[in-house]
Amino acid sequence: MAKHTITMTINGEQVTAEVDSRLLLVHFIRENLDLTGTHIGCDTSNCGACTILLNGQSIKSCTYLAVRADGAEITTIEGLAADGTNHPLQKAFHDQHGLHCGFCTPGMILRSVDLLKNNPNPTEEEIRWGISGNLCRCTGYNNIVKSIQQAAKEMQNESESV
Amino acid sequence: MIPANFTYHKASSVQDAIALSQKLGEEAKYMSGGHSLLPMMKLRFATPEHIIDISKIDGLSYIKEEGEILRIGALTTQSEMEYNTLLRRDYPIFMDAIKLTADPSVRNAGTIGGNIAHGDAANDQPALMLAMRATIIAEGTEGQKVIPIDDFFHGFYMTALEPSDVLVEIQLPKKKKGSGGAYHKVERKVGDYATAGVAVHVVLDDSGICQEIGIGLTNVSAAPMRLDRGEAVLKGKKITDDLIAQVGTIASEDSEPTSDLRGSEAYKRSILNTITQRMIRLAIERAQH
Repeated sequence: MAKHTITMTINGEQVTAEVDSRLLLVHFIRENLDLTGTHIGCDTSNCGACTILLNGQSIKSCTYLAVRADGAEITTIEGLAADGTNHPLQKAFHDQHGLHCGFCTPGMILRSVDLLKNNPNPTEEEIRWGISGNLCRCTGYNNIVKSIQQAAKEMQNESESV
Repeated sequence: MIPANFTYHKASSVQDAIALSQKLGEEAKYMSGGHSLLPMMKLRFATPEHIIDISKIDGLSYIKEEGEILRIGALTTQSEMEYNTLLRRDYPIFMDAIKLTADPSVRNAGTIGGNIAHGDAANDQPALMLAMRATIIAEGTEGQKVIPIDDFFHGFYMTALEPSDVLVEIQLPKKKKGSGGAYHKVERKVGDYATAGVAVHVVLDDSGICQEIGIGLTNVSAAPMRLDRGEAVLKGKKITDDLIAQVGTIASEDSEPTSDLRGSEAYKRSILNTITQRMIRLAIERAQH
């Protein structure tokens, strides 16, 4: 079984580890690093529960080999409020009741970070297309959309006042 | 689900990838975005002994017009295409397709080269390539290969690529006056593979006569399929409602769909008729603007 030494930055911290070729990134994050905020849902790249940011882009970590993330910068939900202050998206999901059971929430939020980076002022339709790869079985999505709208507004205000 | 054991190799260049492939033999597979191959490996539909990662090769991600050709580097991701200003402005057929391909996170990883090289008739890009009459550029042990799209798809997951060949570039005719394209697929849910899909590309002259026509079909045959008989009906003619209706009927007759979870054979033939007609109309509308 081939082993590879990989180094990556996760939530601002550098991590070096030895991994098998076939280890999936989501297992590396959850089992090797104990960062269990990244969930495994469908395991087939449909549901988005395992969504993380890899070099700033949302990807489904169940369909990505850990070894391919060598040299990458990764953000998981644990890294979003690393300084102790909730990210505007985290705050908005709280304010707008954007979650019930919370299983989809980490993936939904990280996907939304990427969405708002590419499109800071999305329409409702663009938000719905933007989270089309992230399934929620509780909320019916309405409050998730409202959360993302609130965060978009707050993040725009923030960037204007800077 | 964890894929069966294999050994990972990272290629640093196209030549490095070809050398690795030659050394490792037929049990080695190239991986670019990995969003077709890795799911198959997790399900044990594919069990390669070696994976050669070509996604880290520099210089294969670009979109540019040169002369009369639009060149797209094989490692360009679907997201890079989606946000590309040139494609957004002049090639709306790509926006039609990309919006319906998987979802944004998958598109951040998936590449156009992988979508085509996989040889899956369910993927969306092959129909576009057929409609626009792409030329596929590959590098292999004996140098560069230039493969017209009609010689590329050989059958179920079978293409003209030899095991060591790396698809490096897609070449398409540049947008010109009177050209337009459109794509649509019916899907059960957002991001699903097509129940059936149709890509149409037309070139009209000033008097509205159809100079060139390409029609590609998604997921209604073992290999991505060109609707030859439908194209012959339109080529050289002023496209009328009657001709469009004829081509819709031909699409439902000449396609080879099978009944599955996405729908019965009869349903697929029926929607193909409708989508084909709509996409011909939309392509013409775009060609006239």
